[in-house]
Amino acid sequence: MKHFEIQEQDQVYDAIVVGSGAGGGMAGYVLANAGLKVLMLEAGPFFDPAKDALQMRWPWESPRRGASTIRPFGDFDAAFGGWQLDGEPYSTADGTDFQWFRARMLGGRTNHWGRISLRMGPDDFKPTDGVTAEWPITYDEVKPFYDKVDRLIGVYGTVEGLKNEPDGIFLKPPKPRLNELFIKRGAKKAGVTVIPGRGSVLTEPLPGMKGRGTCFYCGQCGRSCKVYGDFSSSSCLVIPAMKTNNLKVIDNAMVREVLTNDEGVATGVSYVNVTNMQEYSVKGKLVILGASACESARLLLNSKSAAHPGGLGNSSGLVGRYLHDSTGSSMSGFIPELMERKRYNEDGTGSVHIYSPWWLDNKKLNFPRGYHIEYGGGLHMPSYGYLDWVPKVNGLVPGKDGNKKEQGGYGVSLKNDYRRFYGANVGMAGRGTALAHKDNYCEIDPNKVDKFGIPVLRFHYKWGREEVEQAKHMQETFRSIMHEMGAIITSPTQGAETSYGLEAPGKIIHEGGTVRMGNDPKTSVVNKWCQLHDCKNLFVVDAGPFVQQGDKNLTWTILALSMRTAEHILEQRNKLNV
Amino acid sequence: MNRRDTIKALGLTTVGTGLLLESCGPGDSNKQVDSAKVETKKLPGVQDFEHARNTKLTSERFFTDQEMATITVLADIIIPKDDFSESASKAGVPDFIEFMVKDMPDYQLPMRGGLKWLDIQCLKRYKHAFIDCDERRQLTMLDEIAYPAKAKPEMRQGVAFFDLMRNLTASGFFTSEIGVKDIGYVGNRPQLWEGVPVDVLKQYGFTEES
Repeated sequence: MKHFEIQEQDQVYDAIVVGSGAGGGMAGYVLANAGLKVLMLEAGPFFDPAKDALQMRWPWESPRRGASTIRPFGDFDAAFGGWQLDGEPYSTADGTDFQWFRARMLGGRTNHWGRISLRMGPDDFKPTDGVTAEWPITYDEVKPFYDKVDRLIGVYGTVEGLKNEPDGIFLKPPKPRLNELFIKRGAKKAGVTVIPGRGSVLTEPLPGMKGRGTCFYCGQCGRSCKVYGDFSSSSCLVIPAMKTNNLKVIDNAMVREVLTNDEGVATGVSYVNVTNMQEYSVKGKLVILGASACESARLLLNSKSAAHPGGLGNSSGLVGRYLHDSTGSSMSGFIPELMERKRYNEDGTGSVHIYSPWWLDNKKLNFPRGYHIEYGGGLHMPSYGYLDWVPKVNGLVPGKDGNKKEQGGYGVSLKNDYRRFYGANVGMAGRGTALAHKDNYCEIDPNKVDKFGIPVLRFHYKWGREEVEQAKHMQETFRSIMHEMGAIITSPTQGAETSYGLEAPGKIIHEGGTVRMGNDPKTSVVNKWCQLHDCKNLFVVDAGPFVQQGDKNLTWTILALSMRTAEHILEQRNKLNV
Repeated sequence: MNRRDTIKALGLTTVGTGLLLESCGPGDSNKQVDSAKVETKKLPGVQDFEHARNTKLTSERFFTDQEMATITVLADIIIPKDDFSESASKAGVPDFIEFMVKDMPDYQLPMRGGLKWLDIQCLKRYKHAFIDCDERRQLTMLDEIAYPAKAKPEMRQGVAFFDLMRNLTASGFFTSEIGVKDIGYVGNRPQLWEGVPVDVLKQYGFTEES
């Protein structure tokens, strides 16, 4: 029989960070730069965008021409992983749905994200409508950290002075593309606000920043950037932090459990090397979880001991509860006026050039909170399926001879249609606030383990009336903008039977809330410093602590809160409290 | 780092491949894409299991010679050579379709069954399989399935097959070197984006302040 043992390392690190995405990366960066000896564990392989990005590749360099057979966002997308991972299942309770996206790699999902970098506003931290609980912190308490994140990482945008859409310290935004000018014109007529986008892309050199290039407008942020011109945790945080010699990264290390002593204090973690299945344990004075909201909840729930019988930090029974994603619904179409348009390079940045922040007053609406709108379309890089819509609509618009032709077809005439319609397409997608409910949650599936023998998550998530009403409102808004800009809608009509195109929970990849922040240990898991009520030397720096996210994409807030937590740890360490 | 240094650095730091030079232009559009060559080359950033899967799929064969011949004829009817560019088969579309049905096995039955459906239709009408019919008869047949709105109810299965065949052909053609050049995509190279060109703004009634 093969000898089976757990290899214990004697070194005691000042901090062990689990996960290398936005939260883990920022905590590791701050602590390593302050001189702490930090060990970072990442479940996937090392990934350096400078070497590993599939940026600047042509579609024919993929045998499936960039189709999404293996990677959900296509062959060139930077994320290793997806909604399903081989040998790492999860389950959903009957009648509920949740899709869990995991990227196993250094930097996690920050390698491929849309770089849309929005601050949560005062009303997001302290809602005035009483629908969801308040955060124990205000926007003003987080603002200095948003400012520091802006200066450290860089974000473009414009100062607008909108109440719940706080301005940052901005680089110049990219100018709108042609279809975006049509959108702006149409949206204005439809009464929808449109402002320049806010994206973490270096459109100009970032003051004081060395080692990162400026954007050269290939529009491929989703593939990660070889010159570090956009924000990935790998390129902007972890790899620079390694250069301090204070941060050690172990990749392919899937953490199994947080280890605690008899008093319930965290002493380290155990992990399995995913390439050779060898077991290890490592020691740390502090443990910081940034494994992603659901993975961190899973880890806590799987870390049971006499001191923490219901799972680590779970005396409230709330670990895994209040899980919430963003809502999403979309529409696509084309602008006949843009047919046969002049060709030029409009790749731009890979983040948004324009967007619509939430612009309405909920008192007049039948749902709380709101959504922002992201826009797309134009003369983009060809990839699998990108012209499939053309033979469906080529009968709708008269040709040069003034006559409409029969939809479909083949031959020179069809070949010409592909050319005529290319670049005239337009798309819009709403991203809105989904309410954090106690009854939407993840827990440990009592019957299943993954290929490492780690018990897996079971999800319980149902959309409520509010989310469906919001999606309905999105569809009405999109229709109105499409109409006002003279576009023809090509996507299927979304009605009550499809919940107005409302995407399944998890599909927007904004999950948070599972390790809820609060002042009362009975109704929350972590305190306002993201520190477990039940275990003072354990912190959670991903989106787990989010009491309720706004319609803003959560990465910028994860970064700000992780920086705030890391600085708090440094202060407390100096006072010898932890 | 300013933009010029960035671009210089990009050329220097892209490991091994001379990537920027290669990727700066669609290259010789007359060169037929050698799909087998593409698939045996593992790009940096492609995971081992992905490469192994690509290599395995490439080494397998799904369609028969007869089916591939029919696919080639159909692809070139859908996207023929014209004044601006080559035909679908010259751009490697049949090999692309062969790969895609192995990559997405859900396409295997509709493609194989659809090709058979087409042959049976032609056999009944003209006593020949589709590729053995003359061009006039081939087009007469396709006219009944290429226009969804006017197709007869008994032709619906043919319409579904032709929709799939048309999409696969367009995908394969317009993502090839020949097709990318044809469609006029001129990006995927470093530039400075300063907004919509002035003449284009004017054409659509926008000003530079828009």
